[in-house]
Amino acid sequence: MVSAAMATPAAGASVQVRAVSHAFGDAARRLPVLDDVSFDVAAGETVALLGPSGCGKSTLLRLVAGLDAPGAGRIGVDHVRVAGPDPSRLLMFQDPLLLPWRTVEANVAYGLQARGIRDGLERVGRALRLVGLGDFAGAYPHELSGGMAQRASFARALVNHPRVLLLDEPFGKLDSLTRMTMQEELLALARRHAFTTVLVTHDVEEALLLATRVLVFSPRPARIIRDIDNGLPFPRLRDDPAFIARRREILIALGHGEEFAR
Amino acid sequence: MSDAPRRAFAAGVAAWAAAAAVTGLLADHGRVPAGRPLVELAAAVAVLCGLAALAGRFAWFAPVAHQGRRVAALGVAVAAWEIVTAKTGWLPLPFFPSPQAVLDVYRVDSARLAQSVFSSLLILVPGFALGAVTGFLAGLAMGWSPEARYWGHPVIRLLGPLPSIAWLPVALFVFPTIASASIFLIALATAFPVAVLTASGVTLVDSRLYDVGRTLGASNGFLIRTIVIPATLPHLFVGLFMGLGASFIVLIVAEMLGAKAGLGWYLQWAQGWAAYANLYAALAVMSVLFSGLTMALFAARRRALRWNRETVQW
Repeated sequence: MVSAAMATPAAGASVQVRAVSHAFGDAARRLPVLDDVSFDVAAGETVALLGPSGCGKSTLLRLVAGLDAPGAGRIGVDHVRVAGPDPSRLLMFQDPLLLPWRTVEANVAYGLQARGIRDGLERVGRALRLVGLGDFAGAYPHELSGGMAQRASFARALVNHPRVLLLDEPFGKLDSLTRMTMQEELLALARRHAFTTVLVTHDVEEALLLATRVLVFSPRPARIIRDIDNGLPFPRLRDDPAFIARRREILIALGHGEEFAR
Repeated sequence: MSDAPRRAFAAGVAAWAAAAAVTGLLADHGRVPAGRPLVELAAAVAVLCGLAALAGRFAWFAPVAHQGRRVAALGVAVAAWEIVTAKTGWLPLPFFPSPQAVLDVYRVDSARLAQSVFSSLLILVPGFALGAVTGFLAGLAMGWSPEARYWGHPVIRLLGPLPSIAWLPVALFVFPTIASASIFLIALATAFPVAVLTASGVTLVDSRLYDVGRTLGASNGFLIRTIVIPATLPHLFVGLFMGLGASFIVLIVAEMLGAKAGLGWYLQWAQGWAAYANLYAALAVMSVLFSGLTMALFAARRRALRWNRETVQW
């Protein structure tokens, strides 16, 4: 029953990152970005990678996506070595990166079309309704607001039933109200579809609101300096004393003094 | 709606009526082709201006409403030109034929003009199409593959600035006919700008779009079809516009220098017989033809790039 397997979302996959180091540039001008990074993400878990801007978190995400190969170390998904990009591991960027010459519907259908899946139109419609863009199927990207475009980008990923969703500051460019709505929607979707989420962010609150675990990275070259189990119950409230205490703990770990973290 | 467009068309009625009156009522100076067709034409334009002045209140007329002052000015120009040529002979013949003489060419020589247009198109269209396709493919290859860029770059650098018409002597002995030589030169003139702009268009594609495509499962062929080509189209059209302009030049010069047919040949032939009215008549045909082709390319661009915010505003 191949078609039935295609139609139902696969459950999340686990991710293994083992002793990964990575550098940019050649031997003459080598810029190390990742220094011996190891961690595991359990299937269905939401892990936030938190660290200062430019520390190498996004590079790590590209390695997990299979867009680049690590300089040293090993990356696996369900204990199978990552050899290249695959639609089961989807990367979402800070910008929606929709193809401007395709309608919203055709953008969402891109992955299915690329893999030659013909009867995807109904799946596309469902994904669009899921992100609240059911009425915008025929619109071109330039007709959408920033939040709507990011939703369309989200639908473009979801329609492929990813097992791992790699999010590179996906809400970073949205206004704060839209960001909150999108964060809530991501939570609901992640819980409903049980996909594994690796979220890169430099927003401590976002990490604590969404993630079951927070990995705190040092400045470049990035090393993991804290691994915080974030077992706060949902719904998480920003003014919950436990939430505030954890935020403070992380800010101090990131090198912000007591004064500011209070 | 303001009254300005209606006043302009009312002025148009006056100007074209004056042109008709000048042509029909004043005596000709010396031997000039009959003025009657020009009288009829000017009168018809005057009537159309009158209708336009009345139609000014309707919404459907709005797109052309702003043309009124231009139409009126053209009427004044025709009347003035009639006076200084056919009616007084102030401007010397044969270099300055009157409007009625130019109009007469279309009555007497329309078959030969039509034949010339046809023969020019027979060279221009295949040459331009060939150059556009070759240039686009070469540009895609150069934008996509470093190896193609390595070999293509010096060719573009060194041969690109050469005006394509400079190859005419070579083309004339390499190709069996002047027509095939002209087609080759037009293709050359089109291919260079199209290749350069397509190649730079490919290199300007946001590389993150490739990342998105590859993670979604796209092969290289699929990336080229769905990302590279559409992203390059706006640049391709700029190249096509440059190529089309260069094609017109090559066409006319090649026809003037070697051909036995076509609009360029017609100009040469008319000059040889000191038939300056024919020369102006052919120039007018060329202007309509070439601007028509340019507008057709604009329309194709608008259609192909309707997804583009900037294009929508054109």
